[in-house]
Amino acid sequence: MMMSKLRTIRWSFFVFFIPVFLWLFLLIVLPQLELLRMSFLGTDYYGESGVTFDNYWAFFSEPIYWLTFVRTALFSILVTLIVLLIALPVAFYITKVASFKITGFLMVIILVPFWVSELIRVYGWMILLRESGVLNHFLTSVGILKVPVEMLYNDITMIMGLVYTTMLFMIVPLIGVMESLDDALIEAAHDLGAKKLTIWRTIIIPYSMPGIMSGSIIVFMLVLGSYLTPNLMGGKNSLWFTEQIYNQMIIYFNWNQGAAFGFMLLLLSSVIIWLALKLTKQDWRSVIK
Amino acid sequence: MIRTLPSSKAYTAAFNGFIILYFTFLFAPLIVTMVLAFNDSMFPALPWKGFTLDWFFGEGPEKIGIFHDKSNLRSIGVSFRVAFAVSTLATIIGTLAAFLFEQENFRFKNFFYFLMIAPIVIPGVILGISILLFANTVGLFFENQMGIDIGILRPGFWLVVLGQFSFITTIVTLVIIARLRKFDRTLEEAAYNLGANRFEVIWHITLKYLRPSIVGGFAVAFLMSFENFNTTIFLVSSEATLPINLYLQVRDGSTPVINSISFLLILATSIVAVINLYVGRRKNKRAP
Repeated sequence: MMMSKLRTIRWSFFVFFIPVFLWLFLLIVLPQLELLRMSFLGTDYYGESGVTFDNYWAFFSEPIYWLTFVRTALFSILVTLIVLLIALPVAFYITKVASFKITGFLMVIILVPFWVSELIRVYGWMILLRESGVLNHFLTSVGILKVPVEMLYNDITMIMGLVYTTMLFMIVPLIGVMESLDDALIEAAHDLGAKKLTIWRTIIIPYSMPGIMSGSIIVFMLVLGSYLTPNLMGGKNSLWFTEQIYNQMIIYFNWNQGAAFGFMLLLLSSVIIWLALKLTKQDWRSVIK
Repeated sequence: MIRTLPSSKAYTAAFNGFIILYFTFLFAPLIVTMVLAFNDSMFPALPWKGFTLDWFFGEGPEKIGIFHDKSNLRSIGVSFRVAFAVSTLATIIGTLAAFLFEQENFRFKNFFYFLMIAPIVIPGVILGISILLFANTVGLFFENQMGIDIGILRPGFWLVVLGQFSFITTIVTLVIIARLRKFDRTLEEAAYNLGANRFEVIWHITLKYLRPSIVGGFAVAFLMSFENFNTTIFLVSSEATLPINLYLQVRDGSTPVINSISFLLILATSIVAVINLYVGRRKNKRAP
């Protein structure tokens, strides 16, 4: 009896394990290794292919490549910080300030834009902001502007677009952690004379840290890997690193160069996430939950 | 500051104002997009030239509505088929993965868990190109060594499905794990004592308990697949999915037919999201 039960349990283990293993091995591990391998291959002047560092050399010797890389990294960090600054009070409002009657409603409607395709959200901003757009139409008809102004295709609009498209990935984990924050802690601090800023600094933010970290990591990753928003809202000079990868892969058909760029991006995202976890002393397991 | 504490009028007003601004920011682009689907103009812009349903039902030659727009209809069809395949596969494997990580113990479990999480922290662009490169290498290998041509390894429907599946499964797994973690395992033990085997227990008890999260995971997978662009763009062939097809039209400028597509998508996704939330909540309430 005991033996047969043990055996069926082992059998069930393989039923679970093999498909999951195949998924992770064939679609994640091997492709990433292939990406790394391809990035070290290239053809020389005589058309012979072999192992080379040229693809990485091109990255470091062409300022346009590494400058775009640095720019993308810095902007991604900036966007993550802006998103965090806006999301904290919004999540706090929904969980702690709004009356109980409307919290459920607010949580539903805050999720709706999250399900709408990124492309449609960006398109919405385009018809709002472009020279012939809705906002310009209003401003000129009211008389604030004499002639329409092109509000698209600059860095500020692009940052706003990135903030908009990734915002909800910060708000959802923040609501998750703040819901479990005991009101009594805030009441006690208030009764002892703590100011609002002190309450935020010593209670709310430390308590929300796991949510802040998981939200920040997801937002950072989404911004770093974003293609549509920089491409459509940042215009010709948006210079986002994913566009360089796209150009190499699809336009120049230089897969080895594209692989090297892809690997650099992967390295960048891993290093920044690792640093963020180290600096805030968070364990990745508590962040993922 | 919070509900139970008194706040100054100015503070409350400022906070409320901020929230109203935020929701305006959140919904302005969606509402403008939806409203302009009904504008009787050749461009998705103001001035308002009157109400029309031509961008839905127009048969041309001037205004072709979405229900007569062959290229967009075709891409919607492709997106539906891709999303259905992806969410079916992702739900099955995601359920297996949830059982694996919640109910089994094995060596290197932490390592595999980390690997299972990895797809959501790898940018979609990189998943797309790495799967493209790998499929290409494997395809070439089979062709050169054995003379077999494997169609699904070339960009096209199945490669898009595999690419999206690779990271959407992680999301489904996490959704199901969240519920499985709350499952009372003494129920399983009771069933074992009554003579059920492992599979009977899973089939009759655990899966029944997991059903809301499985349905929820399927819906999330469907929506994520339907709107995916970053991974899909590298794996797609001439059979474009809707986001790919729309991207070209948005970039190069188009008639308000995009607004009517957006209108339908926003409506449909809102309905799915609200139903999903409502069903999830009701089920949660009923479960102990």
